[in-house]
Amino acid sequence: MAVYNLKVNGKSRQVDVDPTTPVLWVLREHLNMPGTKYGCGVSMCGACTIHLNGNAVHSCQLPVSSVGSREITTIEGLSENGSHPVQKAWLEHDVAQCGYCQTGQIMTAAALLRTNPNPTDAQIEAAMNGNICRCGTYLRIKDAVKSAAKQK
Amino acid sequence: MEKIKTTHSRRSFLRSSMLAGGGLMISFNWLSEFNLSDKISGLDTAEQWNELTGYIKITPENVIKILNPNPEFGQNVMTSLPMIVAEELDVEWQKVVIEMGPHDNVKLGPQFTGGSNSVRMYWKPLRDAGAAARHMLIDAAAQTWNVPIEEVTTKAGMIYHEKTGKSGTYGDFASKASGLAIPKGVKLKDVQNFKVVRNSQKNVEGLKIVTGKPLFSLDHNQEGMLIAMIEHPPAFGMKLKSFDASQTLKMPGIKDVFSLKLYEDGFEQAGFDTRTFNDLLVVVGNTTWEVMNARKKLSVQWEPTTEIKETKNMFGRKQDVVIPAGLESSQSHYSKMQARAKEPATQLRKDGDPETAFKNAAQVIERTYTAPFLAHNCMEPMNCFAHVTDEKALLVGPHQAPGWIEPTLSKILNLPADKIEIQMTRMGGGFGLRAYGHYVTEAALISKKVKAPVKLVYSREDDMTYGIYRPMYTATYRAALDANKNLIAFHVKGGGIPEHPVHANRFPAGAVDNYLAEGWELSSNITVGAFRAPGSNFNAAAEQSFLDELAEAMGKDPIEFRLELLKRAKENPVGKNNDYDVDRYAGVLKLVKEKSGWNKPENKKYSRGVAAYFCHNSYAAHVVDIVKRDDQPYVERVFSAIDCGIVINPDAATNMVQGAVVDGIGNAFYGRLSHKEGVAEQNNFNRYRMIRLREAPKKIEVHFVENDIDPTGLGEPPFPPVFGAVANALYKNTGKRLYDQPYLEALNNNPA
Repeated sequence: MAVYNLKVNGKSRQVDVDPTTPVLWVLREHLNMPGTKYGCGVSMCGACTIHLNGNAVHSCQLPVSSVGSREITTIEGLSENGSHPVQKAWLEHDVAQCGYCQTGQIMTAAALLRTNPNPTDAQIEAAMNGNICRCGTYLRIKDAVKSAAKQK
Repeated sequence: MEKIKTTHSRRSFLRSSMLAGGGLMISFNWLSEFNLSDKISGLDTAEQWNELTGYIKITPENVIKILNPNPEFGQNVMTSLPMIVAEELDVEWQKVVIEMGPHDNVKLGPQFTGGSNSVRMYWKPLRDAGAAARHMLIDAAAQTWNVPIEEVTTKAGMIYHEKTGKSGTYGDFASKASGLAIPKGVKLKDVQNFKVVRNSQKNVEGLKIVTGKPLFSLDHNQEGMLIAMIEHPPAFGMKLKSFDASQTLKMPGIKDVFSLKLYEDGFEQAGFDTRTFNDLLVVVGNTTWEVMNARKKLSVQWEPTTEIKETKNMFGRKQDVVIPAGLESSQSHYSKMQARAKEPATQLRKDGDPETAFKNAAQVIERTYTAPFLAHNCMEPMNCFAHVTDEKALLVGPHQAPGWIEPTLSKILNLPADKIEIQMTRMGGGFGLRAYGHYVTEAALISKKVKAPVKLVYSREDDMTYGIYRPMYTATYRAALDANKNLIAFHVKGGGIPEHPVHANRFPAGAVDNYLAEGWELSSNITVGAFRAPGSNFNAAAEQSFLDELAEAMGKDPIEFRLELLKRAKENPVGKNNDYDVDRYAGVLKLVKEKSGWNKPENKKYSRGVAAYFCHNSYAAHVVDIVKRDDQPYVERVFSAIDCGIVINPDAATNMVQGAVVDGIGNAFYGRLSHKEGVAEQNNFNRYRMIRLREAPKKIEVHFVENDIDPTGLGEPPFPPVFGAVANALYKNTGKRLYDQPYLEALNNNPA
């Protein structure tokens, strides 16, 4: 076990965990932030997507020991009340079916739009291809990303 | 009539609501959003819910709450079912508070998600409930005002008596109304006058979903909760022999390692008590990561199973099941199916004299189709929270049918049903898998053993290799044509591991003079279960591909050919018990023909395939348009026509159809769960290919047939015909008829 000082959603958080613990489980089970989802554990589904210094990463393959001073943003920190343009676009398009993968989808989309405010279809496809949705909401996800880009 | 009065602080109210709804209480988002916070403040001191029918609760301050009775797994019943109540109750949808109901089959009906039944089975009860409650409120007002009940009217949660100018809110009369008997047979609204139903309403849990609130069972957390995982055998046909947990127990955070039996010998399993592995090796610890790591330190000896004979009680019908021993492989599954298909099978339906017709035929066309096991791959892996004591049990979990698992829990835990509370969480997908109760029962047994609240967690690998797959299927279709290329006989012989897919009374039964349907089955120790439109999801691939090939052989347009058959079934039906409505079936074909611009020159650049199917009381047809992209076939557009009767929530229904199309394309192109020596060859998404955003169509245009028929199913019906339409479009695109799923694998393994 080791103590880590993490910066999560703008706040300093201290955890005492095994260094190999993925940030996914640190968030979910040590910091009580279950918005980041477990889907595969092998970085193949994107349900666990968070931002590390603003970039989308899969937290299931990110050991807590590797975070260092980089800033973590989770869905809980994207906005307090769903006011982030991507979240608003998700509501506008009523994207979700079961909803389980959607926080990961939103985090991936938000990171894309941060660096590329007007992505092409191909860029959206490339960025969002790491996030699986078994309910098949991909068309609405794509539409929502485009709407969010317009709002920005 | 129950009246619930409680007094407690807002803080405790919030907490108890979270518990009661498994974290599903959504009221405060809605209330704050619509500036009803003054009404919440009333809850600080006293909360008085007057219950009108099991589904509706109203406070004196006119806060109106509607309970969703049915488990939510993405089909959006949290929204659509309360909409039905709100319609008849005559309240403003935007002001209603929606809450997930408790498990209570007496008050809240069957509470079962599956078979595309949620809206269909609750349509009448929920309309009745809304209308009855409205009537009770009117009655209470009429009595209070001492005016004739016929003169009292309602509008949007208000009650009026025009002559005297009196008015009041529902809340004003809720207390008195809740003391009245629930009237039966209250006149329902004319469907033409609907204001809430048939108008698109947003998902009531949308905000919670996009802000990552703990809606799912896997998010459930409480003081003192332990995490449990199960190490199951590495292969079907193996079981636990012995284990050494000494190294595991030395790992940080680990509390206990033990084995236990899921079902004791001789336990009579109910229909959905399917279990794949009976001897469970359980690791319990503080956190999921610690338990995952500690599992790797287990030293386990597994041994082959022997043949198991057991009795299943399928809702009162006893069924003897033999589960064979042995380590099975997909390769031998296919060869066994091939051999078995040549043997005699059980006759399921026969019209006319098919034998003679085939003998006298000028041409016989015969094709055989296969499809592999499929894993459900719900994005939220199986899991369940349980806290079991000697006195009672609390289960918080994702389950499609709590009423089915409760009797099993009662027997296994030796607790009366009223001491078992099952809270229904929002499910991260279900697709049929969560109708099975193994993980709920496992969680309960583990909690009882460790005497603590426990959350059982399946890793993705556990989830994908556990079984309860879509069965493997095959079917051989034969058609006899006379010298004029008329269809004179039709024969389907379908089989599967371990069940056949044939629905003998479905189209084209009724449309052909000589018809024969047969089925056969092969047993297996690989467990199977319901998977979005069981049987149909294969039939609509095989049969609709075959009809396409048949139309081509007969020189007919595939849509016109189907319509001709349907015309025959309408005008001069063959046989009895044809279980489809000819007009509705033809209706979706005609609609998709029109909307897709079938045979229009502007669509020539697409390789087009069509298919239609009837299942779960609804009708669906798709036209799939394929193009070549990066040298691979890509479904660029889909046109869908659906007849599911009255559509409750049009935009959400469109979403579900679009999702079914994407899901169908994905499974048809890539879906496969194969085995070698009993071991599942795919255990995570690096080996099990799921459709991704880039592979989804650019456009899926959904059209609903407009009629006033009571709603039928929607979750499943759009799914099966996607497979057939994809196969038929792939033929146009590649020149190859594909008979074996997954299609892309078949295509790439056998390049032209």
